[in-house]
Amino acid sequence: MESLKYDLAKIPLREVNQFLHSDASLLNGKHIEINNPNGAHNIAVGLKSEAIVTIHGHAGYYAAGMNQIADVTIEGSVGSGVAENMMSGRVHVKGFASNAAGATANGGLLVIDGDAGLRCGISLKGADIVVGGSVGSFSAFMAQAGNMVILGDAGEGLGDSIYEARLFVRGKVISLGADCEVKTMSLEDRKILVDLLERSGHGDVSPESFTLYGSARTLYHFNVAKSGAY
Amino acid sequence: MCGIVGLLVKNPKMRANIGELMLPMLIGMTERGPDSAGLAVFGAAVGADERKFSLYTGELDFNWQKLSHDFLTHLGSKVINFAQKANHAVLTTHLEPETVKIWLKEHYPQVHLLAIGQLMDIYKDVGTPAEVAARYDFSQLSGSHLVGHTRMATESAITPAHAHPFTAGQDWCLVHNGSLSNAPSLRRKLQHEGICFETDNDTEAACRFLEWRMREGDDLKTALEHGFEELDGFYTLLMGTKDQLALVRDPFACKPAVVAEHDDYVAIASEFRSLAHLPDIKNAKVFEPSPKEMYVWKV
Repeated sequence: MESLKYDLAKIPLREVNQFLHSDASLLNGKHIEINNPNGAHNIAVGLKSEAIVTIHGHAGYYAAGMNQIADVTIEGSVGSGVAENMMSGRVHVKGFASNAAGATANGGLLVIDGDAGLRCGISLKGADIVVGGSVGSFSAFMAQAGNMVILGDAGEGLGDSIYEARLFVRGKVISLGADCEVKTMSLEDRKILVDLLERSGHGDVSPESFTLYGSARTLYHFNVAKSGAY
Repeated sequence: MCGIVGLLVKNPKMRANIGELMLPMLIGMTERGPDSAGLAVFGAAVGADERKFSLYTGELDFNWQKLSHDFLTHLGSKVINFAQKANHAVLTTHLEPETVKIWLKEHYPQVHLLAIGQLMDIYKDVGTPAEVAARYDFSQLSGSHLVGHTRMATESAITPAHAHPFTAGQDWCLVHNGSLSNAPSLRRKLQHEGICFETDNDTEAACRFLEWRMREGDDLKTALEHGFEELDGFYTLLMGTKDQLALVRDPFACKPAVVAEHDDYVAIASEFRSLAHLPDIKNAKVFEPSPKEMYVWKV
């Protein structure tokens, strides 16, 4: 495969990002490697081609944000908002991710091998997120659609005011948010879990070790008698 | 927004170059805090009966020689050491802090007393981090640990006195990224305890609150636990004492922090981009500190 290398110690990030926004016909199937990211913000944001991007090191805020189709791997860790508002494609973080990983993501797959910070998958709109470690408090807040698989633990207020997203958690949950409850895992749910474990490099993990959480659907409609609870 | 940096050098051979190691960290936080910068560095201790007084004046042509001379004439006490950098000076004497404070207020009201301690020197001023660092030769600093800050003011004026670090007591300082919503009520509460304030800055309230708790008998950990109860708002706080650095983030982790632990040093910054240049950073353990947890590193 053709591979192009960019060194952010020598070239401004804007130039690299502008190249990554070139016509898809120039980028499809190409492997682009980015060296010395050194925590810079906004690396590889807004990609919309079938490029394969590898970032060798730690990235800053919004790495691979708004991704479409592209496959982005970050060899190190990332700051806040990795793959935020992703539409499709795949983003893989080999280290840890800071707050709001995969926030409002519509589609695609975000894989984080380490821990994710607070508010992971906040307002999730249809993407899949697999976290190898634990997630911080208020994760999946108002998550509307999509799936989260957490191999470690979850912090406080998991799935607060959740709509129809599925949250598979293997470890402990410190507390559930309002209207989030344990669900019975159907065959269809189990199939989704098995598929996500396989696609994220966790095919050896037993789906039976997970608990499914979802919406109790009591907050869907305003109820004046319960106004104090909102 | 603001940027914080901290560096504790474990390898004694590297302590002579702490300023040089730190400089790219501070400059790396320019986007987070372009209007003022400052740092507190902990170097060699003065004699057991001596104290260092970090002084600042807004007058660029201030006559420091005259101050040093008047100090001797009025107080009958020799200045043991007098080190001047631009409009900052560090004065070393064996006189009691109260005596020096009262004398300064009476004879040199335009001179601000930034800090008192046996190890700590403080420099802070308005300007970009690079400008402030050049003004006070930050690259030449030596010491075992330091705490630095770049400020983007959101709640009080841009003046040298409002820049961080803030200090209270002796050999104790604090920098803050965030904002406190209950700083005025905290200030009123502390004023009832007889504590005086120099600015209307929210961070000064947090700084004086924690120092007051420790004077009341709390250790740092207990003082910070009281801090979690009393401080309302967003904060990542980095504190320096004579022999340690301490870090806490608010329970919602609204403000960032990244830590790199290496055999030779511990480095803390708001973002990784301020740590990326550090020697052998690839072999450091890099992690994000958890909210509401206290991290302490000893020299």
